[in-house]
Amino acid sequence: MIFLQSVITALYYGLVAWAAVLIAYSFWRAKTWEREVLYLIVLVPFLLRALFLK
Amino acid sequence: MTTTVRLRKIGFGALALAFLAVAGSSFYHQRYLPEAVVLGEGVTAVTRLSEYGESLRGTANDIHLYVLEGKAPGGTILVFGGTHAEEPAGRLAAWMLVEHATIERGRLIVALSANRSASTVTRPGAAYPPEFTIPTAWGGQRFRMGDRWTNPLDQWPDPEVYIHYPSGQYLAYVDIRNLNRAFPGRPDGTLTERTTYAFMELIRREHVDVAIDLHEAELQYPVISTIVTHQRGQDMATMVSMTLTDLEGFKIGTEFSPRNLHGLSHREIGDHSQAVSLLFEAPEPFLDATRGRTNADVLLTGKDEFVVQAGKRGLLFETIDEHGWPIAKRVGRHTSSVAQTMETWTEDHPDRGIVARGIPRYKDLVRNGVGFYLRDPAVAPAGRVVYE
Repeated sequence: MIFLQSVITALYYGLVAWAAVLIAYSFWRAKTWEREVLYLIVLVPFLLRALFLK
Repeated sequence: MTTTVRLRKIGFGALALAFLAVAGSSFYHQRYLPEAVVLGEGVTAVTRLSEYGESLRGTANDIHLYVLEGKAPGGTILVFGGTHAEEPAGRLAAWMLVEHATIERGRLIVALSANRSASTVTRPGAAYPPEFTIPTAWGGQRFRMGDRWTNPLDQWPDPEVYIHYPSGQYLAYVDIRNLNRAFPGRPDGTLTERTTYAFMELIRREHVDVAIDLHEAELQYPVISTIVTHQRGQDMATMVSMTLTDLEGFKIGTEFSPRNLHGLSHREIGDHSQAVSLLFEAPEPFLDATRGRTNADVLLTGKDEFVVQAGKRGLLFETIDEHGWPIAKRVGRHTSSVAQTMETWTEDHPDRGIVARGIPRYKDLVRNGVGFYLRDPAVAPAGRVVYE
């Protein structure tokens, strides 16, 4: 079980980092300022998680 | 992409990074806020929990253990606060012991942050303050405000259902990170299980006679203002509660640990070791679901008009009025209960007595406040300050 937990945790953090990259890319491609702000608001918690801060 | 749009994106990106830095800094400081402990004259050694569970070494829960050993041989008592780090009276009462107690006979072992990982995070969505300050004559001491459960940064993911080891009992999924649902633990389990296993090894190897787990409870919870005891401690706990109620000026009851509810310290320590296990509960209105504003003031004063209203409607298991439940009363209940347990144990077991002096008791704390008994690390002797 502990091994599985470690694997799931590693996959999870990989997924969080990948989602953060996709959101950042979407931010850069966004055409309106409202969409840009939205992507950034969504991005911050992902970065806090990926950086092991929250 | 035009230059204007590019500049706008850079501006927004910089703003988001600033928010990230502010939030990240707050979380980082909460996780790593150093809490000073000035070792009292009675502390004879400081060791680590990993001495009893090697796999804890280097983890958030490789906590300090403070040993206070008397010159005369006797019994051993273990007191641990911070099993639930959102219940600060337990941690502060343990602080009082480390900074002020002296053992004349026997031995006292104290843990201030039994689940240190839980003290590095607060409950998501509950608007807890990240820290609180106890005012002192030398300015004030800051403490981390914690949570009930191990920090998910240290133990994740949670299962759909938590199956307790070794009983196989099904418990709420989140309680896999609850130290007081993970006793007796196992050496190769989750961080929480490895922590409780190390505590069990400590209790077994050091021949602990009495283990006391310090807690606080919301007033809507029926197990409050009481001593929960394993069946082997019933006589002693009853005598302690009667003596405290008679002599100390506060009421405290006795409840027996349910035999079929597993994972709790008062059940598993008694079942899996030679120690008598007790758990003390003090009232903490901050934890009540009906509370109003959730801030450090409510945490320390224990005053909340909404909880008072709940009391007027008969929804509480403990009384409360406009004076609230200040932290000094809650800490004093614990220190007096610990001191009285030592006295009662010694009367019943003269061959393994534990005799202490210098412990601030309920009346002392109510009169002087908690801050009066916190020592200033700036003027402490060299080598006598430890950080939690």
